[in-house]
Amino acid sequence: MKKNSKLSGFYLGLIFFLMYLPIAVVVVFSFNQSKLPVAFTGFSLEWYDKLFHNSAMMEALVNSLILGVLSCAISAVIGTLGAVGLSRIHWKSKGILEYISILPLMIPEIILGMVLMAFFYMLGLPFGMLTLLIGHTVFCVPYILMEVKARLVGMDPSLEEAARDLGASPFRAFWDITLPLIMPAVVSGSLLAFAMSMDDVVISIFVNGPRLSTLPIKVYTQLKTGVTPEINALCTIMLGVTILVLILYSLVGKHKGGKNEQTDRA
Amino acid sequence: MNKLIELKNLTKNFDDQQVLRGINLDIYENEFLTLLGPSGCGKTTTLRIIAGFEEPSDGQVLFNGIEISKLPPYKREVNTVFQKYALFPHLNVADNIGFGLNLKKVDKSVIAQKVERMLKMVGLEGFEKRDVTLLSGGQQQRVAIARALVNEPKVLLLDEPLGALDAKIRKQMQVELKKIQQEVGITFIYVTHDQEEALSMSDTVVVMNNGEIQQIGSPTDIYNEPENRFVAGFIGESNIIEGVMIKDYLVEFDGFQFECVDKGFEDMEEIEVVLRPEDLDIVDPEQAKITGIVRNITFKGVHYEILVETDLRTYMIHTTDYAEAGREVGLKFGPEDIHVMCKMGAY
Repeated sequence: MKKNSKLSGFYLGLIFFLMYLPIAVVVVFSFNQSKLPVAFTGFSLEWYDKLFHNSAMMEALVNSLILGVLSCAISAVIGTLGAVGLSRIHWKSKGILEYISILPLMIPEIILGMVLMAFFYMLGLPFGMLTLLIGHTVFCVPYILMEVKARLVGMDPSLEEAARDLGASPFRAFWDITLPLIMPAVVSGSLLAFAMSMDDVVISIFVNGPRLSTLPIKVYTQLKTGVTPEINALCTIMLGVTILVLILYSLVGKHKGGKNEQTDRA
Repeated sequence: MNKLIELKNLTKNFDDQQVLRGINLDIYENEFLTLLGPSGCGKTTTLRIIAGFEEPSDGQVLFNGIEISKLPPYKREVNTVFQKYALFPHLNVADNIGFGLNLKKVDKSVIAQKVERMLKMVGLEGFEKRDVTLLSGGQQQRVAIARALVNEPKVLLLDEPLGALDAKIRKQMQVELKKIQQEVGITFIYVTHDQEEALSMSDTVVVMNNGEIQQIGSPTDIYNEPENRFVAGFIGESNIIEGVMIKDYLVEFDGFQFECVDKGFEDMEEIEVVLRPEDLDIVDPEQAKITGIVRNITFKGVHYEILVETDLRTYMIHTTDYAEAGREVGLKFGPEDIHVMCKMGAY
């Protein structure tokens, strides 16, 4: 038994080592003085400096942030309303409807990208921020919808009835009671969706248009012309942001868990 | 007393299932009325129709003579205390109670005053800032009652409000609820499946089964003069015996004729007789018409429960006397202990 657990510990370590070695290499070499990623010649922030003075990169970053925040906000509204709507219908076809609503997660990205491109072309929409926004919203909505739906399942339906009983119109009952109670799920779903939007390449490439570039696309196209330590620096920053978002997500999740327990006792 | 709510021929279907089959009921001002019945009898559905959460499939709900069955809940002058209290977990005690007044844009200082008065009435003075999720079941229940009553409704609806509480607190709350009802002087419509609760608190008990009203009456009427086998069986324990009403004040069952206090049946009508276990006495065999053998005796605290087997059936008796198993005994009861009721279909 003891030997077995030692072996599994070693195996686990090996897996993590192999998984995170490339990432560690990228992070380490982003602080390297030398341009060549073969030997660590000394600590330097030169590549970060270069990165921040690379106007094309910064423009891509701004585009990505705008896109991430906007698609997140729109998805939060659509996803929340969708989840609340789904929770109130009792049709036989409800199960199918729920599957359809999270389908964008299951369709291969490359197909979704192609389909969106064809669709926008058909509509004659100019490719750019608008098409990117629609594209990202399509795959962001399911994340929020699923989170909110799970939260609503644990909510006592008589809470909203109590609000209406006390004189609240259906809208006020939703606004004053349901929304504050599902807010943690809306926030955590949005953070997840934001993280997904920030690193999407496949769908973005199909719908971004000729002039507009997001950060992941920029990184991807730079790779074709060779890796510079600048990219390492950029990857390190993006990694940092992603980890931050994940930490926030888990904190919100924890808070949500605590609240859930209390609701059950109520 | 004035009629406040009238239910007229109310029916309700869920999908193919008929849960209410023509409910006719008048509810008066200042009345403590209980809808009593087993689960699935339609009592909660009736309450939800009065609250406005369900629309009847057919029939009318009149409030002060005005049809309201299409009116949404937030426009009705009734408030509800829910089974699991349904307190808003993200609001504190004061904000929970003030929720309804806040919606009506009542002045903040007035709200604070009314909340304080309500808390005092339900015995939770100083609880304003408490987190509702950290209160005990009984305290949450009091907050729920205060939250409903602060809106000064004409009718308070209570859906098995004591169901989740333990026996001791339940007894205490029964007394308090009755006191509160008399204090505020409004109509309470109370739903429960607990017959003891219904009998001890109500002015009027409405016994329901299978989507229909079985009997409407005062607790004593319901207990002493059950109209049919279902009511007799549901309210308390009883021995129900088929028999024949020979003529007024004379009934025959188990092969003997007995004097009774009932009249108004047709001569020789087939009826059923209720004998409450506590109305039967164990005597020597020669002192009684009905005799049998003691089959079982169980100590129940205040009394013994004795099962006596006769040639035709087994009688249940509640008595403080002891009679060992196997002894032959007689069963004695007076004319006023015999309750005659109409015969109905099998239950």
